[in-house]
This record gives sequence, C-alpha cells and structure tokens, in this order.
Amino acid sequence: MSALAPLPVVIPLSAAAILSALNKFLSRRWADALAILPTIATGLICGELLLQARTQPVIHWFGGWTPRAGVALGISFVIDPMGAGAAVFTSLLVLAALVFSLHYFETVGTLFHVLMLGFLGAMCGFTLTGDLFNLFVFFELMSASAFALCGYKVEEPESMQGALNFAITNTVGAFLVLSGIGLLYGRTGALNMAQIGRTLGGNLDGLVITAFVFIMAGFFIKAAVIPFHFWLADAHAVAPTPVCVLFSGIMVELGIYAVLRVYWTIFDGPFAAHRWEIRGLLLALGSITAVVGAVMCFGQRHIKRLLAFSTISHVGLLTIGFGLLKASALAGVALYVVGHGMVKAALFLVAGLLLHRFSSVDELELHGRARELRVTSVVFFAAALGLASMPGFATFRGESAMIDAAGEIGQGWVRAIFFFSGLLTAAAVLRVWGRVFRGMGKGEGAETAGDKKIKEDRETSQPSHGIPAAMFLPAAVLVLLAIATGLTPGLKRAARTAATVMQDRAGYQARVLEHAWVPVTPAEEEHTPMGKGVVWSLATTAAALGLAFLSLSRYWPAKHALVRPVALTVRGLRSIHSGHIGDYVAFLTFGVAAFGVVLAALVHLH
Amino acid sequence: MSFFPYVVAVWLFVIGLYGIVTSRNFVHLVICLAVLQSSTYVLLLSIGYRVGGTAPVFAGVRVGTPAVDPVVQALMLTDIVVEATVVALLLALALQLQKHTNTLDPDKLKALEG
Amino acid sequence: MKRSPRIVFFLLSVAGFAGVYLWGLTGLPAVGHYRGPYGDVLNQVATYERHVTDVVTAVNFDYRGFDTLGEEFILFMSVVGGTVLLRRQREEDKSEHRDQNLSDKSPERQAPEPSDATRVLTLALVGPLVVFGLYIVAHGQLTPGGGFQGGVVLATAPLLVYLAGDLKKFKQITSHTLVEIGEALGAFGYLAIGLAGLILGGAYLRNVAALGTTGTITSGGTIALIDLATGLEVAAGFVLLLYAFLEQTLEIRLRGGK
Repeated sequence: MSALAPLPVVIPLSAAAILSALNKFLSRRWADALAILPTIATGLICGELLLQARTQPVIHWFGGWTPRAGVALGISFVIDPMGAGAAVFTSLLVLAALVFSLHYFETVGTLFHVLMLGFLGAMCGFTLTGDLFNLFVFFELMSASAFALCGYKVEEPESMQGALNFAITNTVGAFLVLSGIGLLYGRTGALNMAQIGRTLGGNLDGLVITAFVFIMAGFFIKAAVIPFHFWLADAHAVAPTPVCVLFSGIMVELGIYAVLRVYWTIFDGPFAAHRWEIRGLLLALGSITAVVGAVMCFGQRHIKRLLAFSTISHVGLLTIGFGLLKASALAGVALYVVGHGMVKAALFLVAGLLLHRFSSVDELELHGRARELRVTSVVFFAAALGLASMPGFATFRGESAMIDAAGEIGQGWVRAIFFFSGLLTAAAVLRVWGRVFRGMGKGEGAETAGDKKIKEDRETSQPSHGIPAAMFLPAAVLVLLAIATGLTPGLKRAARTAATVMQDRAGYQARVLEHAWVPVTPAEEEHTPMGKGVVWSLATTAAALGLAFLSLSRYWPAKHALVRPVALTVRGLRSIHSGHIGDYVAFLTFGVAAFGVVLAALVHLH
Repeated sequence: MSFFPYVVAVWLFVIGLYGIVTSRNFVHLVICLAVLQSSTYVLLLSIGYRVGGTAPVFAGVRVGTPAVDPVVQALMLTDIVVEATVVALLLALALQLQKHTNTLDPDKLKALEG
Repeated sequence: MKRSPRIVFFLLSVAGFAGVYLWGLTGLPAVGHYRGPYGDVLNQVATYERHVTDVVTAVNFDYRGFDTLGEEFILFMSVVGGTVLLRRQREEDKSEHRDQNLSDKSPERQAPEPSDATRVLTLALVGPLVVFGLYIVAHGQLTPGGGFQGGVVLATAPLLVYLAGDLKKFKQITSHTLVEIGEALGAFGYLAIGLAGLILGGAYLRNVAALGTTGTITSGGTIALIDLATGLEVAAGFVLLLYAFLEQTLEIRLRGGK
C-alpha cells in the first residue's frame, strides 16, 4: 500500500491545525508561508500519485482493514489517474488563490489560511476516496469551509444573504445525497463503492432509481446544474476573489466529478440496459443549463456574477459530455475542466485585481479605467478566447473530444449548444474587456432599466498605483498553462486512458475487493481529423468577438421591435433569479421531483 | 408497522422543505433545515434496526447475541456533528445579517436580484 | 416569485418528491429485518480484534476512523468559520471603553441579573459536569460514549458559568488563546496518531498501541487515545463557538438592538 496516499489530506489538515494554534502569534509573512508550502507539497505528492496511478491505481486501506471475502471493513482510497489528476489541479488552483492573497488581502489572523487549507484537504480527499460515506464526509468538510469563506466579508449584508443561500441549498443537497446513500446501504449493506457496485449487479428497481436520483441531484446542486443553480451567482457575487477562483475553478466541477465517479462505479451496472434514457435526460439537462447560463451571463454588469453564470453554462457543457456516456467524451470532460478552470480562475483573478485597484467590479463603472493596464489587458483577452474554446487552448481539446464523441453516436446536434454557449459567454467577457480595458462603448447610463449600480467593498488594503506582482502572476501563469495544456501532445491520449480506467467497473471492483493486479492499458493513438472542429471553434471565437463589438457599438438594437420578445424572455429569466431562498428551494424540490418522475417513467416505458 | 418509520423519514424531509420554502425568519429556516436533517437519522436507524436485537455494546452481554447494526449508529454520530456545525455556521450568518439589515425576513432582502 | 405561486409550485413538486421517495423506500427490507453483512461482521469480530465492548466506538474510531477524522475537522472548520464570521469588525473595535460598558448601569442595556437560585444551582453543577464529561470521554470504548459526546458535555461547563454570572466571568475562566491551542492540539493529535499508524504499521490510522484487556479503561489501543484527542478538540471547539456567539450578542445588546 502506498504510504503517500493519505498525505494529500493529512498535510493540508495538519497545516491548518498548526496555523490555527498559532493564530495570535504568527506574522502575516509566516502565515502565508505556512499555507503556501503545504499546498505545494500536496500538489507534488498528488503528482507523484498520478504517476504511480498510471500503471496501476493506488489503493490504501485506512487502519489496515483490508476486505475479507469481498466485504470491505474499512475505508479505502482508490487513486486512479482521473482522481489524482483532479487532486493535482485542485492544489494548483489553491496555490494560485493563495499567491494572489499575499500581502494585501485582509485576513483574520491566520484563519483565512486555515479555511483555505481545510478546503484543499477536503477536495483532495473527495477526489481520492473509494468509499461512499467518506465521499459524503469530505463533501461536508468542503462545504463547511466554503460557507465560511463565502461569507467572509461580514461587513456587507449581501455577503450574509449570498452565503446563506449557498449554505442552505447545498446542505439540502448534502442530505439528499445522504438519503440516497442510506437507501443503497439498506439494499447492499455496504459503503464501499466497489462493493456496492458488485452487490447491486445489474438489477434495476425503484430503490436503485430513487437512490440514483437523490445522489445525482445532490451533486448536481453542488455542480449548479439547472434548476439547482441559483445559489452560484449569489455566492460568487459576494465571496472574496480568491474564493471565487476556487468555487468556479474546481469546487463546482467536483460536483460533476462525484456524479461521474458514483455513476461509473455503482450505477452503470443497473442502468446498462437503459443508457439511452440516461443519455437523453442528461443531454437535455446539460443543454438547458448551457443555454440559460449563457443567456443570463450576457445580461450581467457585475463582473463576478457574469463569470458565475458563464461557469453555469460551461457546467451544462460538462453535463452533456458526461451524458454521452463514452470514454472519449469523458476524456473531453477532463480536458475541458482543466482548461476552463484555468481560464476562469485567471478571469476572476483579474477581476480581483480590478477591485483592488479601482474598488469596483461594475462593468459600467469601470468603463475605460483600466486602459493603462496593458499586460493585464492581454491576459484578460487571452483568457476570454480560452472561454470561447479557441484552438490552442485546453478547452478546445476538451470540447472537440466531446463533440466528436457525440457525432459518433448520432448526437451531433450538441455542436449547436457548444457554439451558443461559447458565443454568448465569450462575447460577454470580451464585451467587458472592450469596455473596461479599451474604453469602448458607453459608461454609466448605458444599460437596461432596472439595473442597479453595484457597490462592492474593497477586500484588500491600500489601493496601490501599480499592480502587485503577486496579484498579477497567478493569472498570467494560468493562461499560459491553459495554452500549454492545449498544445502538449499526448495529453488527449492520457485523458482517454484515464477515462477508460474510470469507466472500467469490473476492473475497479477486482482491484479494490480482491487486491487483483489489473494494470492500466493505455489507450490507442487516435487520429480523428481535426479540421471540422478547428473551423467551428474559430467560427465561435470570431462570432463572439463580433457580438461583443456589436454590443458595444451604437448599432446594438436594444429597443428594436424584433428584439422585444428576446428582451422579454431575458427579463423573465432574470426575475426568476430573485435572491429569495424560498424560491431556490422550491425550484430545487421541483428539480428532484421532475428528475425522479421522468426517469422512472422512461425506465418503465422501455 | 414495519414500513411506518420510513414514512416518518419522508414526512420529516417534506415538512422541513416546506418550512424552508415558506419561512419568514432565517432562524426559523435554519431550524427547519435541522428538521430536514433529522429525516436522515430516522432513515438510517430504521435501516439498521433488528427486531429483538440488543444494543451493539457487549459489556456484560455475550458476543454473538443478535444486535442491531453498529455502522448506522456510527454514521448517525457523524451526521449529528455535521448538523450541529452547519447550524452553527448558518446561525452566525443570520446573526450578522440581523445586525446589518435589522431584519431576518427573506422577503425583505432585495440585494441579490437578477 | 410571489408567495402564493411559490407555495403552490412547491406543494406540487414536493408531492412528486414524496412519491418518488416512498416508491424507492418500498425496495428496502421491512424495518427490523436488517440483512446486510457489514454490521453483522463487525459485531462478531470487533470485540475479539480490538478488545473493546462498545462496537459503535470501534467503528467510529478504528474501522471507519478516517471518516471520524473528517468529521472532527468539519467541526474544526466550522468553529474557525464561526470565529471568522462573528469577528469584531473595525467599527466595533473602535468604540471606546468597550469593556467598561459592561458595567453600564442603564436598565435597557443591562442583561437581567441571574437570580440566586440560578447562581447556586449552576455553579454547583459545574464540578459534577466536568467529571461526568471526562468519564464519558474516557469510557468510550466500554459503554456508549466517546470523544464527541463527552466533549460536548465538557463544553457546557463554562456555559454554566456564563449563566451564573455574565460574559466577563466567562471570559475570565476561558482564555481564548489557550482554548484555541487546545482545539488545535486535539485536531492535530488525531492526525498524529494516524501518522504513527502509517509510520509504524504501514497504514494510516492503524491501531499500533497496546490493546489491553477487554473491559478495562485502557483497552482499545489507539481508540482510547483518539477518544481523548477528540474530547479535547470538541470541548475546546464548542467553547470557542460559544465565545464568538456570546461576544456578538453582547455587541448587539450594547448597540441597543433587538
């Protein structure tokens, strides 16, 4: 058993405990160092685990309790390439967030760092575990740290409301997951994912369907899939920048990761005969999410909220990727998560930079003010292109993999959804770039009626006249990495290998329960013609640029009669997003009920 | 009678949800959330129950006597701690909200629309 | 949405939800007929393997000890989060002579004085409560109890002092820094015991301490040690949480709020 396996959780949590004890004694420099060094260590260890997992997934039984006769007594970490990769990526983003917060970000003794380290440890445990209840525990640990970090700015009442909306919806989701786990435990008497998968076999009945619906819905709440998505925009609008980086960059994506993990280890057996129904449902959900998210994104003037809605749209695309239920699509999901996480994190970091320098994240108020920030402007522009999945970025690789996989099973229409989402979200960010960094378009007074000016408090001390390197470097590095991962050869193949391992249920069970040696077989070289994908991506990027410039120019038909129904739909959508927790939970209930009823009906009609 | 505890679990979940959706006070809402959470306790404990089983504590009782499931009880302990801590965080948020806006009524908070 | 449409929308949805949930529950064995292997296997082997009589504690701190580590840290993070969320803000710090205001005699600002009966009873209970809490923590592996339960009981002792007196007395007996260190020590202790298992036994949280005789207080090996660490962490954590909440309620009262 690998001795490294528990360390990605133990190191951040130990550092958190130590930092908390030294709360009143450490200077800021020491606190920063004691937070950043364990993060780097964790990332390196996860990287080493990834290398080990590429030959054979690493399995660690806690307490030394190995299974007896197929009954798992203890908790295991089952580290396959996908999980280890997710853990490495998490560490990278936490590092970026911590570097951004150096010096200037106002912290409460060492407690901000404690919360961030706890968040890191929880996310690593979440991605590496092989036990369903352990997954829930780390889910809750992740959530507890996230709630506190979200409400960090206690002087702003909107922060409290946003954090409350976030916390309440996510907690309901967590308890949905727990109810689902209870159902599975009642049927199989096990909590180990491999054992549950094996015991369930291929039998599908009401209990399995309900457990599936509850667990999926609970994780979809975390992933902010429609109609569970309302909390995300609120949380991003109020959370401090380094926290938003983590929320959009990895925390939301981990909801999708959990869905993938649980589906492929447990539910693919019973649902094997009904893949068509699952596919249909997930593609529908993903498409709606992508479209609604994109539309809402375009209408925002609060930069962080705009980016939050674009995350929702891209999560819709990830759901489509998952819903295709193919290894090549899953590989695309992995690449897209990495690419999107990096560019989205970079965008949030620049937004935080703007907040630091100009005390505002209102697109209109910032009109033209960032003209002198030349290099930052380039970074922001590049990240926006990454959002459009322009060729050269990891997002393009992921997107083309997903679209190709869709084409293979006759679902090529999803290309239109990818186009629409990329178009609107990238156009929105490019519009922000044009207005803020180039002074294009109009400033105050330009927008639709009913939009309030946004007031956001500083989260840093001392507005400076330059840009601190610590704030600028993480964004720049992340964009460069997004391009690097988009161009490195062999990455697509590695992703496909990881995806195949994740989908191999029998292999997973043999490795975990029988200690079998089932080595990882690398995927074959694939030679799909890239031409069509490149053309479409370039078209999306060009269209996004065009739309952005159009919206900034005086030809934008905001009041034209033809545009009226669109404007009304958008206004209707926006009024649903009321900020009221009762509405959110009502929609949540509707979503779970609809998901359950529709799935049950589809399965029975088959 | 052997299905009734499950019905109780469903009812608790439902009534908790109802309370959250119709609440006019965030403290009341948090308590409704706690009620929702207790539905999972009932569910877990009902699953682990064995008729005629003793507690899984073998002090003075011979090992091997039929006992109820200890695993769900351990899970429930974890569950309770999770609930307590989430409630604490939520109440802290509610307290600060009250301090700044002088209200705890979700209907009156208009800051996050759109 | 307005209130009525929301409620109607919700009631329709929740009917569907309840229907799905109940339908799923029919797939479970009837209550009282627990079948699964996990609990039965543990009931058979736990006492022999770990020399403990309370199987639930064995599950909590040994078989599924990693879960409990996560749970302990959920508590830890929530306490830290609570402290962060309830921190004194800049304006509050600036209000001069804050602590002197505690003795402000104007009637609206003063909390009602505890009656003599309250004072006597609560102070008399503090001692037995601490002993009882320690008893529960120490006997976790023998009878129902353990670090979490005992820790909470221990944490109520300073609360009783607050009830008998006021916030100033509470602050006098609980040094914030010491309690913070105690909490971190408990949390780190759990992690360290696990590391000892990793270094000495090859697996994280492996039980590498002497197992002792079943039925005595020193049985269980690391289970007993983890119990103590957890008890410390939980007690300290809840005291910190109380501290943060009580400070803020005092702040609200001083401002003349509700």
